Amino acid sequence: MAILSQILFVLALIFAIYFFIRNVKKLVRNIKLGKTINRRDQPSKRFKNMAMVALGQSKMVKRPIAGILHIVVYLGFVIINIEMIEIVIDGIFGTHRVLSFMGGFYDFLIGSFEILALLVLVGVIVFWIRRNVIRLKRFWANEMTSWPKNDANNILYFEMILMVLFLTMNAADYQLQLVGADHYANEAGIIGAFPVSQFLLPLIDGLSISSLIFIERTAWWLHILGVLFFLNYLYYSKHLHILLAFPNTYFAKLQPQGEFNNLEAVKNEVALMMDPNADPFAVPADDASAESAAIPDKFGASDVQDLNWVQLLNSYTCTECGRCTAECPANQTGKKLSPRKIMMDTRDRLEEVGKNIDKNGKFENDNKQLLNDYITKEELWACTTCNACVEACPIGIDPLSIIMDMRRYLVMEESAAPNELNIAMGNIENNGAPWPYNQMDRMNWSQEK
Amino acid sequence: MTEEIKVPTMAEFLSQGKAPEVLFWVGCAGSFDDRAKKITKAFVKLLHKAGVEFAVLGTEESCTGDPAKRAGNEFLFQMQAAMNIQVLNGYEIKKIVTACPHCFNTLKNEYPDLGGNYEVIHHTQFLKSLLEEGRMTVEGGKFKGKRITFHDPCYLGRANGVFEAPRELLQKLEVELVEMRKCKKAGLCCGAGGAQMFKEPEPGNKDVNILRTEQALETQPDMIAAGCPFCNTMMTDGVKNKNKENDIEVLDVAEMIAQAQDL
Repeated sequence: MAILSQILFVLALIFAIYFFIRNVKKLVRNIKLGKTINRRDQPSKRFKNMAMVALGQSKMVKRPIAGILHIVVYLGFVIINIEMIEIVIDGIFGTHRVLSFMGGFYDFLIGSFEILALLVLVGVIVFWIRRNVIRLKRFWANEMTSWPKNDANNILYFEMILMVLFLTMNAADYQLQLVGADHYANEAGIIGAFPVSQFLLPLIDGLSISSLIFIERTAWWLHILGVLFFLNYLYYSKHLHILLAFPNTYFAKLQPQGEFNNLEAVKNEVALMMDPNADPFAVPADDASAESAAIPDKFGASDVQDLNWVQLLNSYTCTECGRCTAECPANQTGKKLSPRKIMMDTRDRLEEVGKNIDKNGKFENDNKQLLNDYITKEELWACTTCNACVEACPIGIDPLSIIMDMRRYLVMEESAAPNELNIAMGNIENNGAPWPYNQMDRMNWSQEK
Repeated sequence: MTEEIKVPTMAEFLSQGKAPEVLFWVGCAGSFDDRAKKITKAFVKLLHKAGVEFAVLGTEESCTGDPAKRAGNEFLFQMQAAMNIQVLNGYEIKKIVTACPHCFNTLKNEYPDLGGNYEVIHHTQFLKSLLEEGRMTVEGGKFKGKRITFHDPCYLGRANGVFEAPRELLQKLEVELVEMRKCKKAGLCCGAGGAQMFKEPEPGNKDVNILRTEQALETQPDMIAAGCPFCNTMMTDGVKNKNKENDIEVLDVAEMIAQAQDL
């Protein structure tokens, strides 16, 4: 019987890890569909950013209530996972509380886990209340329906259940130790400290040893299976941020927020135009340049493959917290633009492209694209490029760069700018100002009284 | 305030074989927009008063390309940049000051990659340095004790981290500086950025400048200070929309300093 449960445990573990690796591979493949961009310079600055923003949660606390609760849940999650080491060893080798040889330190660990578990439970319940009872506005925006809405609650329910199972397991274990059950009780006395689960004892007081063992084993199994399931739920969920927040902050833009990249493809064109010796009819000199001349780069982005891999990583990292949208001037004044929706649309389209590749071996044209089928022009043109969304993101996501790349496509590939902008751009081109004033009148202000 | 102001051009400096201390990049709004021209003139008066040898490009200046770039027209932006860089490098410009945060951001951050490397500063930073070097004094004058809130321009504040220079200047005016609910890094846009200045807004339930003006009015200010010609226009319109234009003036920081000295 013991050996059977060990085999089942190992199988469950292998199964979970296999699927997790499969999902991670898919994730990496999809992110790599993006264009190259160098975000490996200045590693010390990048590490610092990651340490501050992801590890240190420095931007989470900009909203103090959510921020502090999040730190509690985050710390609880990370620290309680130390217990996973013991659970896995026990599961594989059929031992019980294998790390208890550490004595007083073990008691300290288990006691800390219990307190953290309680704090996580409280935190998650408050999160649930904020989302479902108080109904904070940013959780009830247009894009937060169906799956995104259920996903958010699923995660909260999951964490509640895992914490309750963890505490139940400990309570049953403690009671078993108290009644001196075989395999649980120890001559040295009570193993572990149970500052929280001790209060559950009245609930299981008087139960037979076999009932207690059943409760303990059931809780233990459901807890570990729940954790393994949750690991594989990540890929389908906004909860991926627990892993991706780290690379996402590492690869985030380091330049001032106002600095937008200068498109390389355009640089080449402009250099050619400004070169008095350039021969527009010249045959490209060698094969390499002929090849690059044959396939001109698309200007801007109309689909996910036109974005760079950091933008795609951003989309998978987004936790849909909506801080970006809450700060967006366009969204606050009732426009359709929501930076969060930009990220969710990018991710959903990328997933669609990924599934297309899974099915066909390579991407087959599906007559859909990110532009129009997911993100409308109306959303794109409502942006003031103010960077409030970029500043608000607690994990360094840059929705603005996607908006900009899509505007570039609209203007340079489709000439689809709003007419007033076409007029302003025509003025810049003809007379060097967005208004129709002659460049020769640029000094007139100094003569005016 | 009736005399014509002397504004030397780079061409004049070059013909005399001299180089100015700093180039004043006036910008399109500062050159053509009636409201922004007042800011330009106020700043020029301050430069004269402080004895700064400055020059403008005059008719050789052209749009930096910022609105084109934010609208997505990278091609037009880079063409403008190439032409401007040719002029600026031709005059061997080292230092540029501008009263427009959009020009400031573009010249400072986006021109270097295209071959234009200059020290670029915003006019509030420049005025602050004049103050620190003792070349200029700032007194409260008619602004002393006035309740003033400063609206952070996105491309000066959040985008480039310049929050303190304009505030320090205002404090030197001995005003009562009050902050809006959303300020500095969390400041709300006036609604003009990203080429929105040149188009009608998308359908919504309010204009961005109205929302921002409401945030400013919450602080019960006597005046609203700005550091950007576009923000200035948007906030002025917002104040008018609230029928407060007779009570609350929207002024650029440079205008306040000039007016405090009766320039």
